[in-house]
Amino acid sequence: MFKRIEEDRRRAVEIFVEGQSVTAREGDTVAAALLASGLDVRRSTAVSGAPRLPYCMMGVCFDCLVTIDGMGNRQGCLVPVREGMRIEIQKGKREIGR
Amino acid sequence: MTSIPQRDAYDVVVIGAGPAGLAAAALTAGAGLATLLVDENMGPGGQVWRAITTTPVKEKRLLGDDYWAGQRLVDDVRASGAEILQRATVWSLDRTLEVGLSIDGGARLVRAKRIILATGALERPFPIPGWTLPGVMTAGAAQTMLKSSGLLPQGRVVVAGQGPLLWLLSAQILRMGGMIDLVLDTADRRNRLRALPHLPPFLTSPYFFKGLAMMREVRARTQVVGGVTSLAARGSGRVEALAYEAGGRRSEIPVDVLLLHQGVVPNVNLAMAAGVRHRWDDVQLCWVPELDERGESSVAGIHVAGDGAGIGGASVAVHRGRIAARAVIEALKPEAGLALADHATLASELARAERGRAFLDVLFQPARQFRIPADETVVCRCEEVTARDIRESVALGATGPNQLKAYRRTGMGPCQGRLCGLTVTELMAEARGRTPAEIGYYRLRAPVKPITLAELASLPKGEDATKAVVRG
Repeated sequence: MFKRIEEDRRRAVEIFVEGQSVTAREGDTVAAALLASGLDVRRSTAVSGAPRLPYCMMGVCFDCLVTIDGMGNRQGCLVPVREGMRIEIQKGKREIGR
Repeated sequence: MTSIPQRDAYDVVVIGAGPAGLAAAALTAGAGLATLLVDENMGPGGQVWRAITTTPVKEKRLLGDDYWAGQRLVDDVRASGAEILQRATVWSLDRTLEVGLSIDGGARLVRAKRIILATGALERPFPIPGWTLPGVMTAGAAQTMLKSSGLLPQGRVVVAGQGPLLWLLSAQILRMGGMIDLVLDTADRRNRLRALPHLPPFLTSPYFFKGLAMMREVRARTQVVGGVTSLAARGSGRVEALAYEAGGRRSEIPVDVLLLHQGVVPNVNLAMAAGVRHRWDDVQLCWVPELDERGESSVAGIHVAGDGAGIGGASVAVHRGRIAARAVIEALKPEAGLALADHATLASELARAERGRAFLDVLFQPARQFRIPADETVVCRCEEVTARDIRESVALGATGPNQLKAYRRTGMGPCQGRLCGLTVTELMAEARGRTPAEIGYYRLRAPVKPITLAELASLPKGEDATKAVVRG
């Protein structure tokens, strides 16, 4: 859905999306890194299970909810990527205990 | 920059590090007031100067001069002695001026003698059929990714809506080598006549030439269709096509990324939760806080500056930030206030920055059908409630947005009404034959952003608090 500009010289950061290695850049938010990854990163809603992707990218819409390092319902657009971060696409409601 | 607040109490807490917050915090800290500037993002700049200290887009002409103008304010605040806290989410503010904030999973409460709310704007809801489909985003979202990560939308890209940001984003995407298949302009042509009385000051404002140049730049490089009166995104599992109507002709085009925008409105959640009185603005079609000429709200000690006080744009926000800061300095440290420009000077600078806005406000009033959608359109994205659900609830007796929560849970999802509130107010007002002011808005309460119980439990607690809940 999105591609990086060539002049981007930021340091590479490796994250894992559903166990798969993805190269993000330092300063990316989780949501931006997911949209740039080329992977199918659609979550599904808690109410009807409909597929969604981030809508506002500024902390307002909560359509970027994602599980980060085992913790669910994080706003992916507000969290910067960190080396080795583990990301799971959230399907439906956040599970108890994560 | 610190990672937790260094004190429990400050003279001033400024919430939001966009144009207004940066300008305000630089002044109050410069005057010697203990100032905490808290902001939810990774770096200062707000949305308009998003990622200004870290953007990978280094070539200045790509993002434009108005973007880089923010650097000076960031430098000023960093030199001012203000304590700056990034990635801090404020979830509570009350009449006693206690601020609840959360950083990296830990919560803190800090007290302030004065608060300057600079929470800025968010994009007006744009409820069209299919706006929840993956691949449909706001123009602001695309701009955020462009500024902070150098990301360009890929595939068949359509930009639809109206207002200055729509043209700016399109110009930026094209300058950076991105492709836009089509720009659909939904600006209501009937507004032109109504805006005419406001034209003279607009013609002598910077908006005029900048706006014309930007529109020319976009038109030279991509197809633009004006007079668009309906939009509907379609697709199974993701957006695949966009149907639209312009000048009575219906068309449908394939699309991979659809970017929507129809202006911005004040982000009022925190101010409303703090009890600040708001009024409905009949021109900007949104809620704005009731403020005196120095930006002080109906809650003593809480000032509101920037687009959160009513949409005016970045340069107006800077001036409002300075006015609020001056009022705070005058109240807390009058001798430091003497060194600053007086209120009349600041007010005339503000008036100059506001020149031309009245024209834009009327010209870019979104048409009714893009604010009050047809029955099948989703209004509340979180709880997946349609316009039909809401109209049926009104028929059953729901009188306003608060009662509607009990009927349909609108506004009770994680976004807390930010993406449906204005639509719900206008839709219910129309259905009941009342004004938006009579219908009102959701009653907002803390926490205005979700926090975990663990974060709440991590609040430092004194002996009294412990005794209050521990038995025996």
